[in-house]
Amino acid sequence: MMSVRDDKNSLKRTPLYDLHVSLGGKMVPFAGYDMPVQYPAGVLKEHLHTRSQAGLFDVSHMGQIALRPKSGKVDDAARALERLVPQDIVAIAPGRQRYAQFTNEAGGILDDLMVANFGDHLFLVVNAACKAEDEAHLRANLSDACVIDSLADRALVALQGPKAESALAKLCAEAPSMKFMDAGPHTVAGIKCFVSRSGYTGEDGFEISVPAADAERLTKTLLENPEVMPIGLGARDSLRLEAGLCLYGHDIDTATTPVEAALEWSVQKSRRTGGARAGGFPGAEKILAHFDNGASRRRVGLRPEGRAPVREGALLFADGAGGEPIGKVTSGGFGPSLNAPMAMGYVPANLGALETKLFAEVRGQRLPLTVAAMPFVKNTYKR
Amino acid sequence: MTTTLYTSDHEWLAIDGDVATVGITDYAQSQLGDVVFVELPKVGRTLKKAEAAAVVESVKAASDVYAPISGEVLEINDALAAEPALVNSDAQAAAWFFKIRIADKSELGGLMDEAAYKAHTA
Repeated sequence: MMSVRDDKNSLKRTPLYDLHVSLGGKMVPFAGYDMPVQYPAGVLKEHLHTRSQAGLFDVSHMGQIALRPKSGKVDDAARALERLVPQDIVAIAPGRQRYAQFTNEAGGILDDLMVANFGDHLFLVVNAACKAEDEAHLRANLSDACVIDSLADRALVALQGPKAESALAKLCAEAPSMKFMDAGPHTVAGIKCFVSRSGYTGEDGFEISVPAADAERLTKTLLENPEVMPIGLGARDSLRLEAGLCLYGHDIDTATTPVEAALEWSVQKSRRTGGARAGGFPGAEKILAHFDNGASRRRVGLRPEGRAPVREGALLFADGAGGEPIGKVTSGGFGPSLNAPMAMGYVPANLGALETKLFAEVRGQRLPLTVAAMPFVKNTYKR
Repeated sequence: MTTTLYTSDHEWLAIDGDVATVGITDYAQSQLGDVVFVELPKVGRTLKKAEAAAVVESVKAASDVYAPISGEVLEINDALAAEPALVNSDAQAAAWFFKIRIADKSELGGLMDEAAYKAHTA
C-alpha cells in the first residue's frame, strides 16, 4: 500500500489542489506532488464512468515546455529536437502532435513525451518525475538552436471519454472538428488554451493546457456538465493499462530500447536505417541494430487466467514449476472494463508470440497467463 | 449468543462457542477501495496467529489479511469468489472470510471490543 510517511510539507501542489480537496479527493504523494488518487466515487466507478461518459483528470504535475527556434523557423527547432529523439519531428505538420521518446547513449529511454507543432514553435509535454532532467537535457543540447521555455505557470487537464467532445464543444466551438493528435492554441470558455485531441485512457478526448490562474474556473465549468466526473490517479492507471499504454519508470526506462518496448510504430522510417535522416539520435547504433536484427526481449500484454491480479514485479516463468525466471511483470492490475486481470511485462522474443502460455509467481504460486494483444480494451480515438 | 471482537489490523471476529467467524471491517474495506479478488485459506489448514491467511485485492493494490488467532479453518465463504464486491457492500456480515476453530481462548484476550475498536479508528 502507499506510504503515508512522506513529508506532506515538501510536496508541491497543482493549481487545482484546493478543488481536489473540496471534491473529497484522497490526496497522496505522486512524483513530488500531492495528488488525488481517487474521489469519493472510488477507482472502479471513476474508471467505468470515463469509458461510458467523460472523466476529468488533473495532469498539471506534468512538464510543459516550449521550444522556440532562435531563427524563427519551427523547422530549425524540429531538426534540433531530432538530435535527442528517434522520431521524425520535421514531418509533424503545424497543428499536429506526435508521441516521442528521449533516448540515451545506450539506446534506453530517458522519458517519453508528446511533441506538437504550434506553427512558430514546438510544444512538449513530459512526465512529472522527469521534467527537471528533461529540461536540463534540452538546455544542454539544444540551446544553440532554441530557447527552452519552461511553462511552469500553466495547468494541464485531460477530458476523456465518449462525452468529452460534446462537453468541450460547449466551451470551444472548434473542438468537434479536431482529429486524434490535432493540437494547437484554442480559446476555451474565453480562456487562451492549448488543446490537443489525445490522452492516456484509450478513449477519445482532449488535453487542455490552461494558464494556472484560470485552471480552477475552467475545471469547474467542465465539471458543471453532469456527464463529467473528476477522476483520480488510480483510475488513470487502470485506464491506461487497459489501453496498453506505457507508464514511464515501470514499463519503459533507461534499460529498455523503443524496440524492446514494442514502440516501433512510434519511430518513423525516415529515422531508421536507409531513411532520409537515419540515426543521429542518442543510442542510434543500438536502437537501429534492434530494428535491423530484432531485440532479444519484448514488452508484451499478459492475460492471467482466473481473477487474481498479477502485479508489477511478479516474476515470469516458462513452466508451472522449476526453471529460472524468464522475465518480469512491469505493470499489472485488474481492468474494470475488461472485468479481468491484465498485465504487461518483458519476455524473451521467442516466448513473446500471441497465445504463448506462461506463468507468473504470485505469493509463492505459479499462476497461468497468456501473451495477449494490446490494447486490452479497444480504443476509440477519433481519427 | 455471539460476541464480536476486533483486531488493530481491522479484522472482526464473531465468537460463537469455540468457533470464530472472521472478516475485515467496514473501515478496512473503505480504506482498500473496490475489491476485485479475495484469496481465502484452504479448509482444513491450521493457521497460526499473525500469519498471512487471506489476500484482498482492490483495483489499486493487494493487502494481506493476517490470522487474528490460531486454529483450524473450518469453512470459507465461497460467495466471495463469485462476488468480491460483497466486501465493499457488506463487510461485517455477508462478506465473512472464513470460520476458524479457536485453538487457544487466551488469544482472544488481546482483542478489542466494539467501543475500543471505534476509538482505534477514530
